[in-house]
Amino acid sequence: MEKELKVAALRNGTVIDHIPSEKLFQVITILGLDGVTNQVTFGYNLESKKLGKKAIIKVSDKYLSQDEVNKIAILAPMAKINIIKEYEVAEKMQLQLPDEIIGVIKCKNPKCITNNEPMSTKFRAIDKTKGLFKCHYCERIVEGENVVII
Amino acid sequence: MANRSLVSITDYSRDKILQILDKAAAFEKNPNQQILNGKVVATLFFEPSTRTRLSFETAVNRLGGRIIGFSDASTTSGTKGETLKDTIIMVSNYADLIVMRNPIEGAARYASEVSSVPVVNAGDGANQHPTQTMLDLYSIKKTQGRLENLKICMVGDLKYGRTVHSLIQAMSHFNPTFSFIAPKELELPEEYKLFCKEHNIPFEEHTELNEANIADADILYMTRVQKERFTDLFEYEKVRNVYTLRNKLLENTKPNLRILHPLPRVNEIDYDVDNNEKAYYFQQAKNGVYARQAVICDLLGL
Ligand SMILES: [Zn+2]
Repeated sequence: MEKELKVAALRNGTVIDHIPSEKLFQVITILGLDGVTNQVTFGYNLESKKLGKKAIIKVSDKYLSQDEVNKIAILAPMAKINIIKEYEVAEKMQLQLPDEIIGVIKCKNPKCITNNEPMSTKFRAIDKTKGLFKCHYCERIVEGENVVII
Repeated sequence: MANRSLVSITDYSRDKILQILDKAAAFEKNPNQQILNGKVVATLFFEPSTRTRLSFETAVNRLGGRIIGFSDASTTSGTKGETLKDTIIMVSNYADLIVMRNPIEGAARYASEVSSVPVVNAGDGANQHPTQTMLDLYSIKKTQGRLENLKICMVGDLKYGRTVHSLIQAMSHFNPTFSFIAPKELELPEEYKLFCKEHNIPFEEHTELNEANIADADILYMTRVQKERFTDLFEYEKVRNVYTLRNKLLENTKPNLRILHPLPRVNEIDYDVDNNEKAYYFQQAKNGVYARQAVICDLLGL
């Protein structure tokens, strides 16, 4: 109950909970929430037993696509996503980091073929708990916190 | 399609490595055979590398194959704005196998995905150069009689040296012990130290090339320390002399020690070492032809 008081209740929309605080603004950016007209509320630096400090986002009248959910999985694998209908949790979306991530992460290596040819990037999650991704092409490894989302 | 190419040394299992090395040994005994009769091999060099190109072309020529291709980026269609994909699709219509050198990292992996014929990576920037690794392995096995349980000392630029990184990956199948000798600026990246730890491979790190640090080595793998890698030229001058291998340093090394170097060398091996029986780098380069003959024939199913 205490949790509910911290951020305003949502009638219809999506709640993204358990985001590490430092990832909040990146999540907002990749979901394009800085450019929408929907009502968005977020909480920042909330107490969390699991994460220390966590963040939460509530978006009215928006339901995430699987593609958007995957992007969140890359940045915040512990996040919980709930679809809310009439103040009730209608669906819990499962966050699953795919083994292969095509066209979401940008390779940071300027000499990588993916930055020199019109083509999709492809990364493999080599360590899902640490959030390590390896470029399928140039074989460089990026850590989750350094990931650049396309 | 993709699985018939050689892009990265990690494409090869332990068994595959050993199988290719056996094949290479057979080619060393009998390098002139008409196995590639009627085959066309394309050598596409988007950046010049005369040494590598001559080695591949010798390998093909000695097996009776024909060669098409280019050796200089200025003659390639890429300069006219053509994508790599289009170039590779065109060439794979003409050739039975493509050998490609490209400064863009990952270019070979991508080429192997769009090509209808096998692709051999002859170097993609700082990433991979697997036939170099195969000739290194061949040289190690030939001089030591085995690949297992060897102590391999790697010296010089361990940060950017791709031959070093690939050799670590390849040797991980054979229970090695490594010693990494490099100046602080050029030490082995964390990623490869982690790789060793994960594979339970013991390693030491030193910043000095001296008698004590190479006393128990079976292989001394020298690399070039390039001036361009240093932001501080004063540091470079300091390091340059410290990392030069001289005959005197070799006096108390093990009798089976052999010195490898991917070549070209600049000044990291003194010329007085050339006549030492432990110097193996020129023979090592020659072994490249046999290793490449083995790789090419394997990819073509011959
Ligand atoms: Zn890349």
